[in-house]
Amino acid sequence: MAFLEYAPAPESASILNLKAQYGLYIDGEFVDGGGEVFDTISPATEQVIARIAQADAHDVDRAVAAARRAYETVWSRMSGSDRGKYLFRIARLVQERARELAVAESLDNGKPIRETRDVDVPLVAAWFFYYAGWADKLEYAGLGPNPRALGVAAQVIPWNFPLLMLAWKIAPALAAGNTVVIKPAETTSLTAMLFAEILQQADLPAGVVNIVTGPGSTGQALVSHDDVNKVAFTGSTNVGRMIARQVAGTQKKLTLELGGKAANIVFDDAPMDQAIEGIVNGIFFNQGHVCCAGSRLLVQETVHDEVVERLKERLSTLRLGDPLDKNTDIGAINSAAQLERIRTLSDTGENEGAERWTADCRIPEKGFWFAPTIFTRVSAAHSIAREEIFGPVLSVLTFRTPAEAIAKANNTPYGLSAGIWTEKGSRMLALVDQLRAGVVWANTFNRFDPSSPFGGYKESGYGREGGRHGLAAYLEASGWDAPAGLGSASAPAALVTAPAAGASGAAGAKAAGKPAKKSTRKGAAK
Amino acid sequence: MTITQPAGLAPAERAVRLLGADLTETALRRHLEGLSGVDAVGLEQRAAGLATRSIKTSSKAWALDTIIRTCDLTTLEGADTPGKVRSLVAKAVTPDASDPTTPSVAAVCVYGDMVPYAVEALGSRHGDPEKGLVSVAAVATAFPSGRASLAVKLADTRDAVAAGADEIDMVIDRGAFLSGNYGLVFDQIVAVKEACRRADGSSAHLKVILETGELQTYDNVRRASWLSILAGADFIKTSTGKVSPAATLPVTLLMLEVIRDWHRLTGEKVGMKPAGGIRASKDAVRYLVTVAETVGEEWLTPHLWRFGASSLVNDVLLQRQKMRTGHYSGPDYVTVD
Repeated sequence: MAFLEYAPAPESASILNLKAQYGLYIDGEFVDGGGEVFDTISPATEQVIARIAQADAHDVDRAVAAARRAYETVWSRMSGSDRGKYLFRIARLVQERARELAVAESLDNGKPIRETRDVDVPLVAAWFFYYAGWADKLEYAGLGPNPRALGVAAQVIPWNFPLLMLAWKIAPALAAGNTVVIKPAETTSLTAMLFAEILQQADLPAGVVNIVTGPGSTGQALVSHDDVNKVAFTGSTNVGRMIARQVAGTQKKLTLELGGKAANIVFDDAPMDQAIEGIVNGIFFNQGHVCCAGSRLLVQETVHDEVVERLKERLSTLRLGDPLDKNTDIGAINSAAQLERIRTLSDTGENEGAERWTADCRIPEKGFWFAPTIFTRVSAAHSIAREEIFGPVLSVLTFRTPAEAIAKANNTPYGLSAGIWTEKGSRMLALVDQLRAGVVWANTFNRFDPSSPFGGYKESGYGREGGRHGLAAYLEASGWDAPAGLGSASAPAALVTAPAAGASGAAGAKAAGKPAKKSTRKGAAK
Repeated sequence: MTITQPAGLAPAERAVRLLGADLTETALRRHLEGLSGVDAVGLEQRAAGLATRSIKTSSKAWALDTIIRTCDLTTLEGADTPGKVRSLVAKAVTPDASDPTTPSVAAVCVYGDMVPYAVEALGSRHGDPEKGLVSVAAVATAFPSGRASLAVKLADTRDAVAAGADEIDMVIDRGAFLSGNYGLVFDQIVAVKEACRRADGSSAHLKVILETGELQTYDNVRRASWLSILAGADFIKTSTGKVSPAATLPVTLLMLEVIRDWHRLTGEKVGMKPAGGIRASKDAVRYLVTVAETVGEEWLTPHLWRFGASSLVNDVLLQRQKMRTGHYSGPDYVTVD
């Protein structure tokens, strides 16, 4: 028996207590959707896990109205420290149900349980803990005294980190005093539904968080809804562009976290063993379904052959297979459509003259799988060096001098992240200054922390998530200096909006910065 | 600045092959200082990642037996007596009398003056652990501090080899290493290696202890590992067990990476022995995973991999009993030594 073929060590899915069908989560309750119910499948087996309701425009209306009501009547009037208590409670419940969430995420998304258990879910809890602490300290968020919440936030999140992206969006929004309508990705709604159960457990006031499930059209209805004050989107650059067009000319504040084509720059004096690990972690973490993945490896020519050889050796030890097995390193590709895209782009790479190498691993019969792949002899003009593949595919390019490394690293329409591997601290700092990327990792890659802002340059989007900067996406300066003791985000907001909110109590009545015409029309529609 | 003639080093075969015929301290230093650096955070992250492997059922059974088969059962106390060594040997040969399928350990590891008693107690069971027999390993060279003249260290070594030791666990001169005197460390290893030679031309296997707890930095550990291999080490070993921290997973991973690099460069296989502080089966299994995923599972044989431990075997026996019977027994169901 070969020891390295570790015996199966599957995490049991019996911990899950899933319903056969999940409704929309609106105003604190699960309700049916107006659209056609759809299946959510496990990408590793193609088996149906549960059925998910689809929200139509009317459901989105209801969700936004519930969020508006909760904002006007409860959440904006609550003290920061009380909002913080709810967030702390959610964080603790996430920890308590961590194993369950990890299994569900792995089942629904296809990513290995090792990652959901050790990365996704702990970070989700960390995000809520972190922003819980901010809820009563918003005057230190960098926007001057008594910053104001925006109102109702419409949030649309991707399928690569379903629960973590939900936490990235919801935690700062609630801490800052906003209410939320969020739409998970069509293929990965399951953990959002479990999260809704957690919100019920936490006794979060009804309507503060609403979850609408469905395809892109649901998301479109949500972001274009007249009564949202803020739109936050994470996903592809194309959809991001569409949203930006839609939101242009309205009062909605917008943050976009879009694609990336990060350069991971390896100098010849790098700590080589750790660099190899970092390259692997940079592109093969989460099957490469990471917007900040280090998909372009820039290696100094002097060490190119060594790096590629070691990389191939290391990739040969990666274990692809059942995402629920605790020893799996590479899980399933999230959907057939994504697999098709990865295949197409990889074939293009081959046709354009790059040299393809694929790790020799057994591919399960059912499900969507793509073995770790490296392209060498890639030039900057190749499409695999320019387009985001969003899969376990690494393009290797070379450089000769630091100047060339910087030029090549920056030569992309994106600018989300970058990595530097060198033992020389001065070089590291000099490079960080010149790389146009929102996050630059030095001698590490794909490390996240709630206190560290994350976001892009250029076509990778705008706005920052995480840290103090992440709060700015959900607050606006009030310029109003409250007497000591009144310093919470909610108090001044409530004061300013009091006339309108008090007048009707109906949805769509946030006076501040809202054209009167729209409010009226909205009110009439109700 | 004056130019001094570089001092020549003992012509260790491996070093000559790599660094050239007129081997000098300068060349050695340049080579060691040219090694790739180690990023501590990354190294520890990788070790922590390997430690999350989940080893169950048949893999676990194989791992537990492999831990016993590759264990150097150790007693290194001032209070050691022939009686203590004899009972250690009995335990080494038959770790679990209640289960005859239990393999013997690889070796007993004792002080030099205890070697004759170990050899005598082993009798016909003395021999190559690859053949199910038990070797005798002796610590030498003024273990554990290594603070003695070279003459004393060599006499210590020859003494143990003459008494029948199959393996010598030497310590490097950490003082010399930390003061940058790599040539001295190198020459001493070469001399001890020479002292391991028996009259019939065969040689006791040489394990070189780096005492990583005193070297402190990972960069030092990488250099010392490389230096020891260049000087002819058959095995590199983390610690004496007398200094804390002794063996850790990141240090072991790092030393295995050096062994892997040496193998890649020359095709030669050097052995690895973490020693000290590994008490639980669960920890030991993590070491096996690290070996298998760093240098390959062909290293998991007594000729290339050892655990230096005293209490580990009993915990493994308890786990073995659990796998056989389905329930845990207790410390009274395994022998104290």
